[in-house]
Amino acid sequence: MAANTTAPTLSFQNISMQFPDGTQAIADVSFDVAKGEFVTVVGPSGCGKSTLLKIASGLLNQTSGQVEVDRSNIGYVFQDATLFPWRTVKRNVELLLELHNTPKADRGNMAQRAIDLVGLNGFENHYPKSLSGGMKMRASLARTLTLKPPLLLFDEPFGAVDEITREHLNEETLKLFQQERFAGLFITHSISEAVFLSTRVLVMSARPGRIVASFDVPFDYPRSPELRFDPAFAELAGHINQSLRGAHA
Amino acid sequence: MTTTLRADPVTAAEIAVLPDDAPPAQARKRDGLFAIVYPPVVLGLFTIGVWYFISYRVLDKKRRFLLEPPHLVWKRGFADREVLKEMSSGLLVTGKVALWGLGIAIVLGFTLAIIMSQSKLIERAVFPYQVMLQATPILAITPLIGFWFGYGLNSKIFIAALISLFPIVVNTLFGLTSAEQGMHDMLTLHNAGRITRLRKVMFPAALPAIFAGLRISAGLSVIGAIVGDFLFGQGDVGIGQLLKRYANLLQGEKLLAAVILSCLLGVFVFVSFGWLNNRVVGRWTTPSRGK
Ligand SMILES: Nc1ncnc2c1ncn2[C@@H]1O[C@H](COP(=O)(O)OP(=O)(O)O)[C@@H](O)[C@H]1O
Ligand SMILES: [Mg+2]
Repeated sequence: MAANTTAPTLSFQNISMQFPDGTQAIADVSFDVAKGEFVTVVGPSGCGKSTLLKIASGLLNQTSGQVEVDRSNIGYVFQDATLFPWRTVKRNVELLLELHNTPKADRGNMAQRAIDLVGLNGFENHYPKSLSGGMKMRASLARTLTLKPPLLLFDEPFGAVDEITREHLNEETLKLFQQERFAGLFITHSISEAVFLSTRVLVMSARPGRIVASFDVPFDYPRSPELRFDPAFAELAGHINQSLRGAHA
Repeated sequence: MTTTLRADPVTAAEIAVLPDDAPPAQARKRDGLFAIVYPPVVLGLFTIGVWYFISYRVLDKKRRFLLEPPHLVWKRGFADREVLKEMSSGLLVTGKVALWGLGIAIVLGFTLAIIMSQSKLIERAVFPYQVMLQATPILAITPLIGFWFGYGLNSKIFIAALISLFPIVVNTLFGLTSAEQGMHDMLTLHNAGRITRLRKVMFPAALPAIFAGLRISAGLSVIGAIVGDFLFGQGDVGIGQLLKRYANLLQGEKLLAAVILSCLLGVFVFVSFGWLNNRVVGRWTTPSRGK
């Protein structure tokens, strides 16, 4: 279902990663993420998922293989919200604009639009210490969105929030994806989150991580929250679960 | 941040306000003024009682100068205009020395900490000497200080600066390196340079630690100024010289009054920096006990 007419936004070609201490984190991983694709990687913890994102963004260099990606504007949502505690929500959301020397006059509007997009209006002047876990993640998401990155990397962004909040945030993320149609690479432990959001789900093996299975998700966008109760949804989730159990062994 | 399930029903209005899970509860219930004030007052009265007991029951008349009773300390120390003038002028002199020393320590300490934060190599090179300097007893190098800087103002300021330098360096350096890796990654991803990193991440992250260090150092600078004044007798008369003079003349009441005043100066400095801390970082830090 992916449109292969244009070059992929991100392309991993035979990526392997060995840390200086000898830990082999990733072995021979290859896949592409194109504009309009939302690819999710699931896998046991410690299998190299975060490492993969760090390699994509350039925070780490792979030991072998090729990454093809334009690094001038990558959105990266970390596992922790990594908000700066001394900045208000508004000023946090403005951070990347500052780093990219966006004129001060434009920053306010751009940040406000992102804040509205994630539903944090009314909390602009709050400091992170007075926000809940879910609200912090929203602020972190808003900060990433200000630059309208064509590629968004998510490293288990909703792993630390409760189930209901996670579902809310999933629906928001879906909405953003449907609007912006960026290329998305998402890491999670939650299979239902993976199926709900993605166009494709990749299963990674235990360390050293390899891609052991790939599932196309056939559901059309826009997706409604009720999709989670569709029998076809449950069936696909079941297949992925089985594959993941195999990967754990 | 963990969220606990709530037993009480959530109202529609609440849902409208909160997009997700509830934010952390804001103000905790505070104790009344009375509950805060009366324990130290009781302890204070008790201490004065013990003081009287020692002055009048333990010491006989000939040895009472060792601990004069509180009302005489008040009468001959604080209530005597001449003595009060002498001591407040001494306090001012000592306060100035302390401020100069602290100022020098701040400039030097920040510079050192920033340099050390930029390079592990420099940090490793400097650190042992810094510890050695800190471990050197002031008394042992007094003759040297007098030899180099004379027996007046400069030497006093030098001691105040020396004694308050270490906590500033250590706390500032700790603070500068305390920012989460994620924040650094964020800046790396967006190609931020050293100065930007220092300004936007390291320095603000360091502020709480810097204030903790400043508060300790400010107290130490007062001690340093008094010790310096005590050891080097030249220059304007500060609290240190007064202490020495009163002790030599066996003027117990004045001596005690001077001790109490230097103590108050220390408390004043400590409280001022606590206030400054709350002004600058209070809005975004979670207050912790005893700070
Ligand atoms: N800097 C490092 N040095 C050595 N080993 C590392 C380093 N970073 C991660 N690892 C190891 O690499 C493996 C993969 O880590 P990571 O990508 O964080 O896993 P996860 O899939 O849970 O995100 C883990 O076993 C981890 O301990
Ligand atoms: Mg991880």
